[in-house]
Amino acid sequence: MADPLLTFTEHGIYCARGDFHIDPWRPVDRALITHGHADHARWGMGHYLATDLAAPVMRHRLGDIPLETIRYGEVRDIGGVSVSFHPAGHVPGSAQIRVEHGGEVWVASGDYKVVDDGLSTAFEPVKCHHFITESTFGLPVFRWKPQAEVAADLNAWWAACADAGQTAVLGAYALGKAQRLLSMLDPAIGPILCHTAIENTNAILRGQGLRLPETVHATAEVDPKAHPRALLLAPPSATDSKWAAKFGSRQTGFASGWMALRGIRRRRSQDRGFVISDHADWNGLLWAIEQTGAENIYVTHGYTEIFTRYLNSAGWNAQVIPTQFGGEEEDAA
Amino acid sequence: MNRFATLFNALDQSTKTTAKVTALAEYFVDAPEPDRVWTIAMFSGRRPKRAVTTTKLREWAAERADIPLWLFEESYPIVGDLAETIALVLPPPSRRTDQRLSHWINALRGLSDVNDDARKAFVLDAWDQLPDTQRFLFNKLITGGFRVGISQKLMTRALARATDRDEAELAHRLMGNWQPDSITWHRLIEADDPQADAARPYPFYLAYGLDDTPENLGSPSDWQAEWKWDGIRGQLILRGGQHLVWSRGEELMTDRFPELARAVDFLPDGTVLDGELLAWGDGAPQSFNALQKRIGRKTVPKKLLSEAPVILYAYDLLEDGGKDIRHLPLSERRARLEKLTVNLPPDTPVIQSPKIAFDDWAQLHALRATARDVQAEGLMLKRAASPYLAGRKKGDWWKWKLDPLTIDAVMIYAQSGAGRRANLFTDFTFAVWNGNDLVPFTKAYSGLTDVEFRKITSWVKKNTQQRFGPVRQVTPHHVFEIAFEGIQASPRHKSGVALRFPRMLRWREDKPVQEANTLDDLNEMLRVYG
Repeated sequence: MADPLLTFTEHGIYCARGDFHIDPWRPVDRALITHGHADHARWGMGHYLATDLAAPVMRHRLGDIPLETIRYGEVRDIGGVSVSFHPAGHVPGSAQIRVEHGGEVWVASGDYKVVDDGLSTAFEPVKCHHFITESTFGLPVFRWKPQAEVAADLNAWWAACADAGQTAVLGAYALGKAQRLLSMLDPAIGPILCHTAIENTNAILRGQGLRLPETVHATAEVDPKAHPRALLLAPPSATDSKWAAKFGSRQTGFASGWMALRGIRRRRSQDRGFVISDHADWNGLLWAIEQTGAENIYVTHGYTEIFTRYLNSAGWNAQVIPTQFGGEEEDAA
Repeated sequence: MNRFATLFNALDQSTKTTAKVTALAEYFVDAPEPDRVWTIAMFSGRRPKRAVTTTKLREWAAERADIPLWLFEESYPIVGDLAETIALVLPPPSRRTDQRLSHWINALRGLSDVNDDARKAFVLDAWDQLPDTQRFLFNKLITGGFRVGISQKLMTRALARATDRDEAELAHRLMGNWQPDSITWHRLIEADDPQADAARPYPFYLAYGLDDTPENLGSPSDWQAEWKWDGIRGQLILRGGQHLVWSRGEELMTDRFPELARAVDFLPDGTVLDGELLAWGDGAPQSFNALQKRIGRKTVPKKLLSEAPVILYAYDLLEDGGKDIRHLPLSERRARLEKLTVNLPPDTPVIQSPKIAFDDWAQLHALRATARDVQAEGLMLKRAASPYLAGRKKGDWWKWKLDPLTIDAVMIYAQSGAGRRANLFTDFTFAVWNGNDLVPFTKAYSGLTDVEFRKITSWVKKNTQQRFGPVRQVTPHHVFEIAFEGIQASPRHKSGVALRFPRMLRWREDKPVQEANTLDDLNEMLRVYG
């Protein structure tokens, strides 16, 4: 039997025939990048290839890198291997990478979610023989509610804070989660103020044509009194900072899939946790895997061992692949 | 149960005490009365009799969720709470109803009379009509163990606000042995009930630890010093010709310590004493180890009764001649206590815990250092003018404990915690060197900050050598300073010793693993302090 098209090396997922890596975690010559989060798009590669939608954020984060872009569905030949990028629905511009040679098809899905968040290009299942999947929330206790339901909770919380004269401080990861929350918020309740890290990403995504509600850049100079009834959107690390304290009496909320677990909610000592994730839940993972038609499943990060054992018991040929993805863990998911 | 779920969420979601008290007070005004009583009961650790075994609950939940049982069992430790795991794996309810909390409790109590099939049908039907929090709470009604950060103090404050009654009186009413299924709101909170009053202990007055040195407490002449004993804090009630023994945890322990029955022969009716239950021998308190044999035993064999007889070492008098005297100054209460106990025969099971005479703080420093010699944990400092307050209050009573014993040990196993600490490695096993081997000698769970736990968790994930179920063997690398209150020989442990109250005092990131302590060091501590 011929060598497999993709292998797993100490640098990451590798295609020997095309001599390229996917989301490598050490410097290599040619890197195909699924999306701009720090554990997938790292510094120091000879050449980068990513979607045109992911490119601006990557340039913002990694500087002037040798980056080539590709549109969803467009096929490139790299060393005789057909490569194409397909929507992963994780964050704007995120992709699954399809690799084909001699009738053998692999898909490396990076991070993904299967529900349409109205902002990222929605996840598209890609038929393949070998599917590389994450399992960040690969346990049956994780089942997401419809986005509209969470949005209603979120806005009710914000409105209650505003009515009580408190600032609602919402913690969320700067790329993806923050913008998804923006699209869920009801601007009729009050002004939305954004921390610099988030506002910079907003500007980039707006520049790409994404529709986000109006936001105010919450610089050190901004006067909280000039913005009553405000919701302050900030990276998790900043929600308890001096900068946030300037906004007086406030409640803090945190938006993440991890908020589904009461223990983690309580540990974070936030006033409210909103269960909203950019990763697939249990049913989402199983649905995505089913849709690929793949027989061989490689589980790269998350609850890898339990999820793999389940897949094997349900008839797949699954194995755990140790990787360095998932570095943002509780904060990002 | 919607109203109860709203309350629960308000308590669970807020980190602020005032918000919790407000939410509870509102509930105690507008919830149905039977629901209020059950709520008080459950938040103070009482729960309805278990109607269904947790084994069955797990099986039914896995079946309903259409997942194999092993997958449920793997998920449970990650969530850290059985009731929550079940609530999360089940599919969403197909319909919604809103029955009262007490309806569900009564329905669950009815299950004791029916067979397993009927129980299962009932539970599945309940799961199918209760959303999120209500479903979790329904499971909690079965499994017990509500932890919502509601202290007794906080609950009485809310009750006081809701009923316009005195907080101390309410605290007293909630003490003791009342049963939520046979008491009404009126009887528990409002009515006069001399019979119930007769059995009720007073709320214990609890001291704070003294972080500072006593020099800042002012003049030594204003203070009374006693040894801080290492036993079980207890209250002995002599009323109506009967005697009752209550622990600080509000557990009725009368039957566990039958030797105290003889107190009715020596002390007058209408007497309530606060003191320490201790094993007694050769005219002195014995180690906690001796008392340990008695803890957990509901009935006591004769042999043990003579080997480890228990007495109440009394240090305060709360009721004298049938009158509540807690408002009197300690010096006066103490004088009355002395009068009561001075002429008792030597075999009376109540002995007065002596005051320690001292002239200045320096003298007390020196005395404290000798606490271990008399089986004490340190000193108690009480303001002579202090009334007997309810609960933990700052200012008048201080415990001035000995510094703990410490040893530097190597972490060798890690296990994740439960509840608030689910998903974090928090339970560790520690070892000391014996030649080139590491000998495990204790476990410890507490003492690190959340930030430190997160850091060590990420290290454990990367440095796991082997897994034994939920336990991970890790590379011996990290040294922790383990603090403990006592050490004793234990043939059940590989190391031959058992520690009392072990916890992590410090993560010694500066210390190389070779420099951890040895089994010889541990044995030397056993020789000196054991």
